[in-house]
Amino acid sequence: MDAMSQLRRQLHEHTAYLRKEGFLDDQFEQLQKLQDENSPDFVVEVVSIFFEDSEKLLNNMARALEQKIVDFKQVDAHVHQFKGSSASIGAMRVKNVCIEFRNYCEAQNVEELFGCRCFRCIQKLQYEYALLKNQLEYLFRVEQQIRAAGG
Amino acid sequence: MDGNFLVSRRMIDGFDVSSSDSDEAHVLAVDDSLVDRKVIERLLKISSFKVTAVDSGRRALQFLGLDEEKSASVGFDGLKVDLIITDYCMPGMTGYELLKKIKESSTFREIPVVIMSSENVLARIDRCLEEGAEDFIVKPVKLSDVKRLKDYMMREDGVGSENRGGINKRKLQDCCDLSSSEPSNSSSPSSSSSESPSRSPPSSSSPPSIPTPLDSPIRRLKMTTTDLID
Repeated sequence: MDAMSQLRRQLHEHTAYLRKEGFLDDQFEQLQKLQDENSPDFVVEVVSIFFEDSEKLLNNMARALEQKIVDFKQVDAHVHQFKGSSASIGAMRVKNVCIEFRNYCEAQNVEELFGCRCFRCIQKLQYEYALLKNQLEYLFRVEQQIRAAGG
Repeated sequence: MDGNFLVSRRMIDGFDVSSSDSDEAHVLAVDDSLVDRKVIERLLKISSFKVTAVDSGRRALQFLGLDEEKSASVGFDGLKVDLIITDYCMPGMTGYELLKKIKESSTFREIPVVIMSSENVLARIDRCLEEGAEDFIVKPVKLSDVKRLKDYMMREDGVGSENRGGINKRKLQDCCDLSSSEPSNSSSPSSSSSESPSRSPPSSSSPPSIPTPLDSPIRRLKMTTTDLID
């Protein structure tokens, strides 16, 4: 199998893996459909914006949770935004942690335990986000190689 | 602020306007999320719309010339807006508040307004539709959602006035899009979180008529198994 076919197979298999493991859902495929000769880097561009946005939001969340008196509404607002943007690019696992996180934010006034869960949630979120970022960057590298090789 | 400008665009008074064929309908997209703005812009362009994307209700009103405090200094007569698509949850002015302001304006009330939201809360959908929104799209927005926008288009050739009958015809033909069920009713089988519109038979079997405010408007509720609280 020549190098190009190998690269293509790598790309195909990795994308399938990401779908299967739930890192990405149908919405990612929607984005890929929007990429064409007129907008050949569309997916990378959107995902780059998503990365920048996400890192800001995660920082904001972390800072809000570090306050002596935590404003959970504020935390929730950041998580809500993160949930929205992750849904928009098809980042399913990240989105699901956001949903869980929001549930705890909303419930924390009912029981303190849920407030504690929020702290665990942000760690989970940071973890899932880091995983996803890694995976997508790998995917984009393979695509780059294919393009560089004339594909 | 959105600093994402392509070379092919031109800047008019700080608004980023894509220039293309003047036969294309012009959509004003409003969303505070940069990611979503990028996506909706592409969805619209690929569906052959001209797009102006702004990041707040306030900026949208400024673009239209409706902001009492600050109006765009350049007249926008040549860039008539044929449809407004706006996010619901935005800081400052919500999409709902923007919708109200537009419907209160004698100049702009005829422009169809479509609301987007990540939360499919029935009360919210009802409120928007009652206030005059043409449709309510649950995010994430897909290509099929955007292709439907053509049905709501306001064009000078009078398509706008034909839309009323057209919407109702489509309502009866396309019963898959009709939904009157609560979000919690739906449960899709275990699979990835791909959404499916909830299906129910048309609530009315009467012949096509001009929709009145009491007619149940078109709704599209996308159900996901992962949304627990909304």
